[in-house]
Amino acid sequence: MMDKMIFGRFIPGDSFVHRLDPRSKLIFVFAFIIVVFLANNTPTYIVLLAFTLLVILMSRIKLYFLINGLKPIIILMVFTFLLHIFFTKEGPLIFEWKFIHIYEQGLRQGIYISIRFLVLVFVTSILTLTTSPISITDGMEVLLGPLKKFKLPVHELALMMSISLRFIPTLMDETDKIMKAQMARGSDITTGPIKDRIKAVVPLLVPLFVSAFKRAEDLATAMEVRGYRGGEGRTRYRQLKWSIEDTVALLSIVVITAILVYLRS
Amino acid sequence: MHEILSLNHVTFTYAPEEPTVKKAVEDVSFHVEEGEWIAIVGHNGSGKSTIARLISGLLFPQSGTVNVLGQTLSEENLWESRSQIGMVFQNPDNQFVGATVQDDVAFALENNGVPYEDMVERVHEALKQVKMDDFLNHEPQHLSGGQKQRVAIAGALALRPRLLILDEATSMLDPQGRQEVLSVVRDLREKTGLTVLSITHDLEEAVMADRLLFMNGGKKYAEGTPSEIFALGDQLIELGLDLPFAMKLTKLLQAESVQLQGENMTEEQLVNDLWTSNFKK
Ligand SMILES: Nc1ncnc2c1ncn2[C@@H]1O[C@H](COP(=O)(O)OP(=O)(O)OP(=O)(O)O)[C@@H](O)[C@H]1O
Ligand SMILES: [Mg+2]
Repeated sequence: MMDKMIFGRFIPGDSFVHRLDPRSKLIFVFAFIIVVFLANNTPTYIVLLAFTLLVILMSRIKLYFLINGLKPIIILMVFTFLLHIFFTKEGPLIFEWKFIHIYEQGLRQGIYISIRFLVLVFVTSILTLTTSPISITDGMEVLLGPLKKFKLPVHELALMMSISLRFIPTLMDETDKIMKAQMARGSDITTGPIKDRIKAVVPLLVPLFVSAFKRAEDLATAMEVRGYRGGEGRTRYRQLKWSIEDTVALLSIVVITAILVYLRS
Repeated sequence: MHEILSLNHVTFTYAPEEPTVKKAVEDVSFHVEEGEWIAIVGHNGSGKSTIARLISGLLFPQSGTVNVLGQTLSEENLWESRSQIGMVFQNPDNQFVGATVQDDVAFALENNGVPYEDMVERVHEALKQVKMDDFLNHEPQHLSGGQKQRVAIAGALALRPRLLILDEATSMLDPQGRQEVLSVVRDLREKTGLTVLSITHDLEEAVMADRLLFMNGGKKYAEGTPSEIFALGDQLIELGLDLPFAMKLTKLLQAESVQLQGENMTEEQLVNDLWTSNFKK
């Protein structure tokens, strides 16, 4: 089940979108989230949908794969759609059967909201699917850079992020090992009433925490010995490169905004 | 010859308020010349890691001085001195900072403000030295323990240190990983004349050193070439240190009145001794 879920996963590749600088992708998604709210009639929503399809196409991620991976979110979307259909009572009545009354405005709002939801989820997923977590971190660090003036520890936050990302697989392995070790001692996490299961998790968490703290201490020592003393005077090995494609990507957002402003009612 | 490191009557305790607690390091003095390979051996808790921490300025001695490259280590020259010392620890996972092999090797360079173009060159050079240059973009979870330790060594080498400290760097590895790491260190010494200080429980590793420092209960018990130290024989065993396998075998063979010449600290020496003595018969 977890394998199909694609929210927050990264699929390496070499498409146009993959090659974009994380900064431009982040700005793009941020701008897109705002722009989506400009749409308010059928032509504008069609434009949004078409634009999203274009983005997906350029990322060379299969639409089927995307829909399959976002199933839980699509179920949520259907649910909001139904809510709108049944509870908005405006405009002429277009369908009536027993106690179900569907009004034109309800249908319209339902479809609009669903499209809005869909394009937002798709575009943000494309960001995380085509950008490695570490690149996203790099991009954020640079984009949030100006906030350093307001004493926001941007470098430290980014380093924390990247170290957490680096240790996720290590700690997953460890959890697995501890789980097996406790199972070998007769602990049972997968069956029984909830209360027992929660109790069985405690002997799993305690060793995990102890070892995580030990790791953190070791890592801090190793970092200090290797000369780490905060962000000041540090150079960067991971370089970000802004290319003409990045400018094009951002221009496309400007164009879309112009079109939406022109078409909206 | 040039002195890289010296400790003068260094004493350190983790609990300075409680004089009854045994000191972790007591009145230890020794020095290391450029190009030497020196190994510190001793049982668990004999103060080996504490010495390494004192040298890298993670701890400061309560009395005595630590001199790195002719300068007495202090708060002021701490970071400068750290940029001259590379250190590799025991657990391969807990010292891997970067997301990929090359990011990790670059970490110390970034910290020291090395410009980007230089960094790329140095990262590649360092990874070539430890024979990990094919793994530039690998993530740590896809590497073996021995490979991770080699990356850690590369991370230390990238700064072009004068002294490499290995604190039980091979003790969590399987025999193959251990061999990989040791052969890398040996090659490095041959090619670059790097000074190495290795802390180890592995006697085969200790035998490779030029000089051994034998720690016991926070004090320096003996110092000398591997053959001098292992000549102590039963004394070592009493203090919780074993003899190298080849040496024990030599003793047993001699007890069975097989004619053997030397002490044979390594397997190779033993094999040579065996065939030459057989030949002479
Ligand atoms: N962080 C600490 N706080 C308090 N005491 C410590 C600390 N680290 C080590 N010690 C104590 O100092 C003494 C020397 O420890 P040290 O780690 O230097 O030994 P070691 O020779 O490296 O042992 P090992 O072979 O197990 O690594 C031990 O008695 C130990 O209990
Ligand atoms: Mg130790």
